Amino acid sequence: MITHTHRPLRVVLYEGNGSIQLPAEARAKTMMALLDKGYTVTRSGQGASAMPHDDRSLLVLGAFEGKAPALEDATGRISIDTRDITGLEPDAIVALVDKSRGDKTMNEPGKWKPWFPVIDYSRCTNCMQCLSFCLFDVYGVSEDNKIQVQNNDNCKTNCPACSRVCPEVAIMFPKYQAGPINGDEINEKEAGREKIKVDISSLLGGDIYSALKDRSAAAKSRFSKERSPDKALDERKKCLTKLVGDGFIPADVLASLPSTEEILKKAEIAKAKAAAALAGR
Amino acid sequence: MRTAPPAATLTATFFKRALLSSPATILYCRCAYAQVVPTGVKNDVLQKLCDSSASFETVSDLCEMAAHRDPRLSAIAACGKLRIAACYPRAVKGLFEQAGSPLPADAEILNMRTQTAQEIADALLKADP
Repeated sequence: MITHTHRPLRVVLYEGNGSIQLPAEARAKTMMALLDKGYTVTRSGQGASAMPHDDRSLLVLGAFEGKAPALEDATGRISIDTRDITGLEPDAIVALVDKSRGDKTMNEPGKWKPWFPVIDYSRCTNCMQCLSFCLFDVYGVSEDNKIQVQNNDNCKTNCPACSRVCPEVAIMFPKYQAGPINGDEINEKEAGREKIKVDISSLLGGDIYSALKDRSAAAKSRFSKERSPDKALDERKKCLTKLVGDGFIPADVLASLPSTEEILKKAEIAKAKAAAALAGR
Repeated sequence: MRTAPPAATLTATFFKRALLSSPATILYCRCAYAQVVPTGVKNDVLQKLCDSSASFETVSDLCEMAAHRDPRLSAIAACGKLRIAACYPRAVKGLFEQAGSPLPADAEILNMRTQTAQEIADALLKADP
């Protein structure tokens, strides 16, 4: 998990005492322009509480009639800059904020899509299917043996394949178009349909999962007979190819698959992680 | 448009009080990093918030913040009573939880992908009991 070092500047659109209120339309256009550029914006008015300030600097915008006051945080932790926006159009206000930000880097919309799985722990049974299925090391196991998303930057944009193999419909991709993968509520009919998909996926390469869940001697025997590394690899590829063919995952995911050796190694590592986690529950 | 009182009356103390007062925190997510929320709805919700006199918070994209475990999510989750205009409640709760900042159980999440702007604005701006 990377840590975010390019946090956007917190802008405060101040319309309290000492400033002139903007017309509502101008206020909305200004906020839209700033948000679409990637900034976070607080509208400081009346009637609801705002989020406490954090450890960053604040940029306070207001129609101060050319006399932006000098402000100082009482705790001394936050630096506060003020800018007068009297008479400025939204584009000019964005330019003013950009200038105030200076050379501090910031993530911006359009350059990257936040695409990663989100686990609904109210549904997740910790079965580890997602860990075994994903070839890109997105999933991992926490110290308390709980499945978690550990490397979301490894996730292939627009690929929701792991959510389709989750037997509990517990994996969401909030930027996905359709439900229940986008987080929409799940009705029993949908849950049943998802489980049928999982059965198919299990046939295509999921015998690892069933063996992990059923550690009886009989199951272990069946598992060892049915499983061969070549067959598992072939079936996983078939599974992914089918998902591509059905339009469920982008074709470039197939193109970026690791080598055969790497896939086999990853499968073994995932299997070991999953087995350890399940044994430790 | 009203006449401005002298700018000198704006003090850091007043500004802090204005930011921290009142019962419910309103949060609006712009979903700027991917266009999955209908533009008309999200624009209308923001316009209605701007038409009101309420203070509110806006973020460019909660998913982007969750992806990087932005510490601001913790600050949001710690706000107490929360009303959030974003997308599916299950997804929003999951984003916060996955980022290590679970939302309080009574956080109210409005869905701009399925609800009307009017429904959402009414819920966000309703008077606290």
